[in-house]
Amino acid sequence: MSETTSTAPRTAASGASRAWQSWQGALVPVGAVLLALVIGAVVLVILGADPVRAYTAMAEGAFGSVSGFTQTLVVATPLLLVGLGVTIAFRGGVINIGGEGQLIVGALAATAAALYLPLPGVLLLLAALIAGTLAGALWGAVPGALKAQLGVNEILSTIMMNQIALQLANFLLRGPMIDPKEIEAGTRIAQSALLPAESYLVRLVPRTLLHAGSILAVIAAIGVFFLLWRTTIGYRIRAVGLNPDAARYAGIPVKRYQMLALILGGAFAGLAGAVEVLGVQHRMVEGLSGGYGFSGIVAALFGKLHPLGAIPASVLFGGLLVGGDKMQRTVQVPDALIVALLGLVVLFVVGSDYIMRKRAARAQTHE
Amino acid sequence: MVDIVKRFPGVLANDGVSFDVRAGEVHALLGENGAGKSTLMRQLYGLYRPDSGQIIIDGQPRVFHSPSDAIKAGVGMIHQHFMLVSSLTVAENVALGLPSSRGARLDLDRVAERIRALAERYGLKVDPSAVVWQLSVGEQQRVEILKALYRGASLLVLDEPTAVLTPQEAEELFVTLRQMAADGHALIFISHKLHEVLALSNRVTVLRDGRMVGTYPTTEMTRADLARLMVGREVLLQYDRPPAKPGEERLKIDGLWTVGDRGTDAVRDFTLSVRAGEIVGLAGVSGNGQRELAEVLTGLRKPSKGAVTLNGKDVTHASPAERIAAGQCAIPEERMRTGVIKDFSVLENAILCDHGHAPYSHQTLLDFKTIAAHTQQLIADYAVKTPTADTPVKNLSGGNIQKLILARELCRKPTVVIAAQPTRGVDIGASEYIHHRLLEQRASGTATLLISEDLDEIRALSDRIAVIFEGRLMGVVDAATATAESLGLMMAGTRHAD
Repeated sequence: MSETTSTAPRTAASGASRAWQSWQGALVPVGAVLLALVIGAVVLVILGADPVRAYTAMAEGAFGSVSGFTQTLVVATPLLLVGLGVTIAFRGGVINIGGEGQLIVGALAATAAALYLPLPGVLLLLAALIAGTLAGALWGAVPGALKAQLGVNEILSTIMMNQIALQLANFLLRGPMIDPKEIEAGTRIAQSALLPAESYLVRLVPRTLLHAGSILAVIAAIGVFFLLWRTTIGYRIRAVGLNPDAARYAGIPVKRYQMLALILGGAFAGLAGAVEVLGVQHRMVEGLSGGYGFSGIVAALFGKLHPLGAIPASVLFGGLLVGGDKMQRTVQVPDALIVALLGLVVLFVVGSDYIMRKRAARAQTHE
Repeated sequence: MVDIVKRFPGVLANDGVSFDVRAGEVHALLGENGAGKSTLMRQLYGLYRPDSGQIIIDGQPRVFHSPSDAIKAGVGMIHQHFMLVSSLTVAENVALGLPSSRGARLDLDRVAERIRALAERYGLKVDPSAVVWQLSVGEQQRVEILKALYRGASLLVLDEPTAVLTPQEAEELFVTLRQMAADGHALIFISHKLHEVLALSNRVTVLRDGRMVGTYPTTEMTRADLARLMVGREVLLQYDRPPAKPGEERLKIDGLWTVGDRGTDAVRDFTLSVRAGEIVGLAGVSGNGQRELAEVLTGLRKPSKGAVTLNGKDVTHASPAERIAAGQCAIPEERMRTGVIKDFSVLENAILCDHGHAPYSHQTLLDFKTIAAHTQQLIADYAVKTPTADTPVKNLSGGNIQKLILARELCRKPTVVIAAQPTRGVDIGASEYIHHRLLEQRASGTATLLISEDLDEIRALSDRIAVIFEGRLMGVVDAATATAESLGLMMAGTRHAD
């Protein structure tokens, strides 16, 4: 799904070439993955492992069984949510590297809401989800306000906010929010108490971790698509992202929409944290984010910064992460190789995108 | 260049064009936007490769794979948009990409010396140690020419070099170009301004719709001949203007001051009013505060002193959105930077100001049915040439983009229009069209402030002409009685005696 097909009703004349263009658009990321896998194979050979066996193990681990595939979807869920936030921010011309921190505070807030709010049943779940979303939004609002008011570079401030969130979690999980049982037992593991069962997201497949949060994330992706291409808010965010000067000239308050893009970006990452707590861990634990805040950026780029493109992108990346575990166990290679593979994929996607754009620009400039 | 054919998807950009230029001559390449002038020259400069045909330089057929091949063959190109690094000095820009005569050590002093020698020879006044962003557009263009000369160009292509210059700057450029031709350089001068072609060139080749109309000795041609060859029909070079019936005061600028980008006062104590049903032209040499004044009037720049009143309402510190709401429309000077979002479609650009309210959106939901109908209406009413409403605006020609902007702004039935350089870089056909639309607005009672560096345009459209010099108002004269000489004196800083 390319951006151009979604902006407006297409016309018959250009329909065919559009279809071909979006086909090409889809082929590029696939090619990038294949190329990354080929290079990965070379590295595997150098490491003395059989690449065929390794990749077979990886594919089996990710997609070959019910437990593997559901686990892939479980990992894909936070990636998708973070990726949606990154997509909105990028579309608004701001770069949100703060997914990790926003996810952590989202998880903390959801935990606190589920533990301390005296609400019955589904209301408790809803409150926890909203609390996580709002906390993430707040974490995005701080860099947003700094950028709008003082012109502070959002890349730096969002990275710094990651650090603050991490330390905040360290403090809360060792102090005020620590599980009382851990104190009683004297083990003092840094984690919160187990949440009440009515705050859990429903598990979809018995004896797996797959939970309703995955459905929520897909709905969110459709919602973001709708927001960006069917509402005035999304229109303004995209206008500001593509040309702030023209947007300002046309009367759009540019800074306000840049800030909004960062706030929405934070909100989705915060929701990812809440979903991870309520769907998988059922408590706040140290290291809950698992780098999703950063991998989500990769998923968003891989999905061509399109909310619907982010869905297959997250599933694929979830699969790489889950399958990578299996590969590591089967052929005994360091799991850093998986991270390197992800990096290569991004490099190729962004690189091929650049080349395609340049070629398109050449072909389109007549005069 | 012999029998050049170049196709783009859906367009035959050059259809069997042959073209030759001799040492010591200025050969003008004339044609409307989209006629294939730039495409032809880009093939000569190695940016595109011809589908068929040959490029022969100094008797040898050449195949250029990239601009660096072309540069080696002695071809230099001055683009419309300058390729300079704004934070570097003139000498650094000229030396950029060239090996130093001292190996790893910079030889900027030698570069500067050679620049001075070249500059003196061709009358290109530039300080080699000046930083590029501080230079005026005219000076930056001189740097581009120096760059090409420094690299040993014997064939120089100038792509609409006067589009960014004032008449005076253009005149200076012509002196330089004549000197270069006299020195044995071959010059190709791309333009769609007839009087420049007549004033400068020895021969002229006219292109239309990718085909060659013919090559003619310039001395045998008149303005009307060239216009007819270029557009393919008779062109009116003047407009019918019924006498103005000015009504109430719509826009009032009172003792306005503002600070420019370089920290100095760009507009000083400027007072002017525009009434309903009249066009007031603001003339002046480029860089005398017109841009800053337009920015204050559109809410992009803060005034330091003074007041602006719009339809009786104080808008001195109003945001762009508040001014739009108060009935003001603006046609920006830099259409690609501030007028449109180039990656947005025609349709998305059509609602840039108006997307936020009915009938285009309801409770933040965009109504694409209404928007599409509205866009089709604009495209039809303003003769915007675009394949579809979904085409990204970056694929349209300059004239069509300007028509789209005009359509978008004027369809809102403004009471005040600020038009800054509305036809800069736009072909004759589109200029004529835009001028008619502005005169239509005048007839329907709109107050228009026309800011332009094209004195012909100002004189053809305005009822009163104001002149700005170094940010100050030099005077306001009746357009009917103003002479080019009196306006020229004011543009050079002589205050008009009332």
